[in-house]
Parts: sequence; structure tokens; C-alpha cells
Amino acid sequence: MEQLIIGVLEQGFIYAIMALGVYITYKILDFPDLSVDSTFPLGAAVTALMLSNEMNPFLALLASTAAGALAGIGTGLIHVKCKVRDLLSGIIMMTALYTLNLRLAGGSANVPLFNNQSVFDNDFINGLFPEALSSYKTVIIIFIIMMIAKVLLDFYMKTKSGYLLRAVGDNPTIVTSLAKDSGFVKIVGLAISNGLVALAGSVMCQQQRFFEISMGTGTIVIGLASVIIGTNVFKGNLLKATTAVVIGSVLYKACVAIAIEVGLPASDLKFITAVLFLIILIISMDRKKKVKS
Amino acid sequence: MIELQHIDKYYNIGTVNEVCLFKDFNLTIHDGDFISVIGSNGSGKTSMLNLICGSLEAEAGKIILNGEDITHQKEYVRQRKIGRVYQNPAMGTCPSMTILENMSLADNKGKAYGLQFGTNKKRIDDYREMLSQLGLGLEDMMGSKVGSLSGGQRQAMALLMTTMTPIEFLILDEHTAALDPKTAELIMELTGKVVKEKNLTTIMVTHNLRYAVEYGKRLIMMHQGNAIVDKAGKEKEELDVDALLNQFNQISIETGN
Ligand SMILES: Nc1ncnc2c1ncn2[C@@H]1O[C@H](COP(=O)(O)OP(=O)(O)OP(=O)(O)O)[C@@H](O)[C@H]1O
Ligand SMILES: [Mg+2]
Repeated sequence: MEQLIIGVLEQGFIYAIMALGVYITYKILDFPDLSVDSTFPLGAAVTALMLSNEMNPFLALLASTAAGALAGIGTGLIHVKCKVRDLLSGIIMMTALYTLNLRLAGGSANVPLFNNQSVFDNDFINGLFPEALSSYKTVIIIFIIMMIAKVLLDFYMKTKSGYLLRAVGDNPTIVTSLAKDSGFVKIVGLAISNGLVALAGSVMCQQQRFFEISMGTGTIVIGLASVIIGTNVFKGNLLKATTAVVIGSVLYKACVAIAIEVGLPASDLKFITAVLFLIILIISMDRKKKVKS
Repeated sequence: MIELQHIDKYYNIGTVNEVCLFKDFNLTIHDGDFISVIGSNGSGKTSMLNLICGSLEAEAGKIILNGEDITHQKEYVRQRKIGRVYQNPAMGTCPSMTILENMSLADNKGKAYGLQFGTNKKRIDDYREMLSQLGLGLEDMMGSKVGSLSGGQRQAMALLMTTMTPIEFLILDEHTAALDPKTAELIMELTGKVVKEKNLTTIMVTHNLRYAVEYGKRLIMMHQGNAIVDKAGKEKEELDVDALLNQFNQISIETGN
């Protein structure tokens, strides 16, 4: 049982980092960015490349985030400069990144990293954690990484730049009225969002200790489900939206874990994911309330 | 000063619906002008404002702002000197942000939007003071989302937000059209006050002939992409609603509208 809860928390917190990114695009920018299905494994691919070359695992977190941000900028440029519709921009980037991810992983769809260092297993961390805590080590580290990402995001949202980001999804006209380029603001938002998604991919890769090309399939669904559960269950409460998203992600992972626990085979995972998402959508009817300006 | 020189504007180019709205359209807006623009639906008032603001590009002609050719300048760059209030109250504010956040956002126009705190605490009292001048009680609900305000309250905020930072030109497109008569009156009074106080060069499109007569130092009547009436100074002062209405009807008869 304890094993199950820790597993849910580990997965929930990793996907929470990703869901924070999806929260930016879906809730704040109103930009359905499908490229996250590929930026998540992009973070993992960069990480696999770096870890298999014995590079610092913490540096891999940063490099993955940067790679994700670049991918986000790419999606943004396709949308803003080439005037391609938001949904299609994401799909184009998603498809292109698939090849890039394979290349980064040295052409193989699978890279095992069992004998390499990770943020969970290196001399510094191993020295820090006493033996008694070792079974909680992973979940604690994931939680810390997730909290750093969340606190930084919360801080950013309170800055002038953050205000502008919130404004652009709300009403792009006002950003123009403020003599700012609304396209540029959107690109910044996509960069932050995809940076977070790739960071989650990097953490996931280090936790699983392998890279797999298809590990990103369905990421967007998990992200959207987490955001919608979080922001609907805790609607109107004093809880910060980002906190709600984190809890949403954990709740979602718990639902999936329960479904598997009651006997559904793990191979049905994607199907469970899809059905659960549909149920959540029907319950919350979130799409209906969204008014296009 | 804004000059529109020899403007041609076509819509739906290359389709069977191609229409020419402006053909060799010229207009000079002098510093300190307060122009009321009237004209029937589809006469090109909004299109003219869009050309000035850069939301629309002309097929030919030049737009000169203070001597500088801005014909191809991006819309957002032009907005440094221009403030615009739209007919739709939702266009001028951010519904999911609070009144305070909206004020902070607008207060920073012309400066960088970097990683400083979005709301400058020292300015909150100033914001409260500005809001209280609207007389709508908004100063007591600065933490409320703007999306929960009525159209009139939002439009008052939009006007305040547009004019709180230094701008030279104020562009108003039927900014009282969506409001009830009493709120419209209030917004018009505020408009007159702020234009005078800040000495803004103003273009105001309106369908309300009384406002067009009462406000502004110059009046333009648009018709099919032409300024068929352009009166300033004493001539403008002598205009009254009946005379304008007559003009309006005459045009309608001529064109069989
Ligand atoms: N985006 C567009 N595509 C095609 N035609 C347009 C477009 N915008 C305006 N027009 C045409 O240009 C003409 C002028 O429109 P405009 O919006 O400038 O009129 P207006 O004077 O502001 O009218 P109203 O009083 O109804 O606001 C109209 O005949 C309209 O059909
Ligand atoms: Mg109009």
C-alpha cells in the first residue's frame, strides 16, 4: 500500500511539473499546444544523451529545460511569424521533434541508463540521505524539483512580464494597446511552458533510468486532465491555481493507479487515460464555458 | 499631427466581392483637434481608425505622424503615442485580472515589462484616487476581477486605463454605443474632461448626433469612404442636431438608402 502511494506521488509530482506547463498554454494563453507530446521526450532525450556521456545529472535538468524552451519558441515562431493556426503549429513541432529526439538518443528508440548517475543516485545525494530515508529519497527529490518550478512560476506570474502573459491570453488587443508585441508575449509563454514540460521529461527519464521514444505519447491528455481536475475541483477556493494543478496531477495519477489496482491490465493504460479524461471533461464541462474573444 | 495622404483601401481583393472603400482619401488631423466623426453604417469610420492605428494596411497612400512616415509601422509600435477605446467594453480590459492588476498593467505602458513586481504598492493610493473620480465605487473593489464588472464600469476603466499614461492621440470608436443613456452620459463627460486636461488630439466616432454637436471642435461626416462634411471652428459651433439630421437624410435620399 505504502509502495503504491509513494509511486502515485512520484508520478504525480513529475507530471505536475509538466501540467504546470500545460496550464500556461491551455489556461493562460488559450493555446492548445500539442507539441508537449514531443517536448516531454525531448527533455528525456537530452537527459539520456548527457547521462550516457557521464555529464552532471543536475546540469541535464537545466539543459532539458532550455531545450524545451527552444522548442516552445519554435512552435511560437511557426504560429506568430508563419501565421499557422495554434493547433497545427503544435502538431508540426511535435512531428519534427520526433526525429530530433531519435537523433539525440543516438538513433535508438530505447536508451537504458541503469548504470549511470542521476539526480536520485549520485555521490552527493547518496551522502545526504540517511539509510532510513532511502525509500523516500526519490519522492522527496522529485517534490523539491517540482516545488522549485512551481514557486518560480508563481513568482513570475506576479511580475510585469507575467501580467502581460496573463493579459495576452485574456485579451490580445490590450497587449497591443500597451504598445507591446502580443506575438512576442505568446512566444515567451510557449517557451516557459515547454521548458517545464521538458524538465518533467528529464526527471521522468532519470527516475525510470531509461529513455524511450514513445514515452511522451498521451502527455497532453495527462496534462489537460490534471489542469482541468485541479482548476475545477478547487474552483473559487483560496488555493493558488498552480497548487490546484499539482493536486490535480496527483489525483489523476491516483485514479489511474486505482484502475490498474482493481485489475485492469497495464496495457490498457492509454485507454484508461482517455476514458478518464472524457469523464472529467463531461463532469466539468470546461470547454463550454470558454468564450472566444 | 496625423496626415492621411492619397489613401486607397480595397476589401476582398481578387474576389468577386472586391470593393473600393477609400479612393484618394485625404485627411489632416491637427494637434489639439477634437474631431467628432459621424456617418451611416459602412461609411468607413472604423476602417479609417484602423488605418491610423495600423490594424489595417492601405493599398496606396501614406500615413504621416508628426512628420514621420508610419505607413508600414507595426500596430503595437504606433500605440506608444496612441490610446484607443473600442465600442466593445471587453476590448479595453483583462477580464480574468483584478481591477488593481489592470490598473498596474496600464500604468506601465511605455516602460519595460520585465521581472519587477507587477503592482507597484506605492501607486495603489493613486489608483484608488483615479478610480474614485469615476464615481462608480470601483475604488472599493480593487481586488475584484474585471470580468465581474458591468459593461459601463468596464468601459469607464478602459477609458481611464487608456489615458493614465502620456499619449498624444486618443481614438474613440463608438465608445458609448454599448452603454445605457445614463452611463453613456457619464463616460462622455469623463471623455470631455480628460481630453481637456491632457490636451489630447482626439478622434471620436459616434452615432449620437448630440454628442457630435456638443463635443469636439471639428465635425466630419463620412459617406461611402469620403468626408463629405468637414466643419471646424465657428462653422462647427453653429451646427445643431436638426441640421445634421437633415444632411443625413439628404444623403440617404440621394443614394436611395
Ligand atoms: N474585414 C472586412 N472585409 C471586407 N469588407 C469590410 C471589412 N471591414 C469593413 N468592410 C467594409 O468596409 C465598409 C466600411 O466598414 P467600416 O467598418 O469602416 O464602417 P463604419 O463606418 O465603421 O460602420 P459602422 O457605423 O457600422 O461601425 C463596409 O461596407 C464594410 O462592408
Ligand atoms: Mg464602425
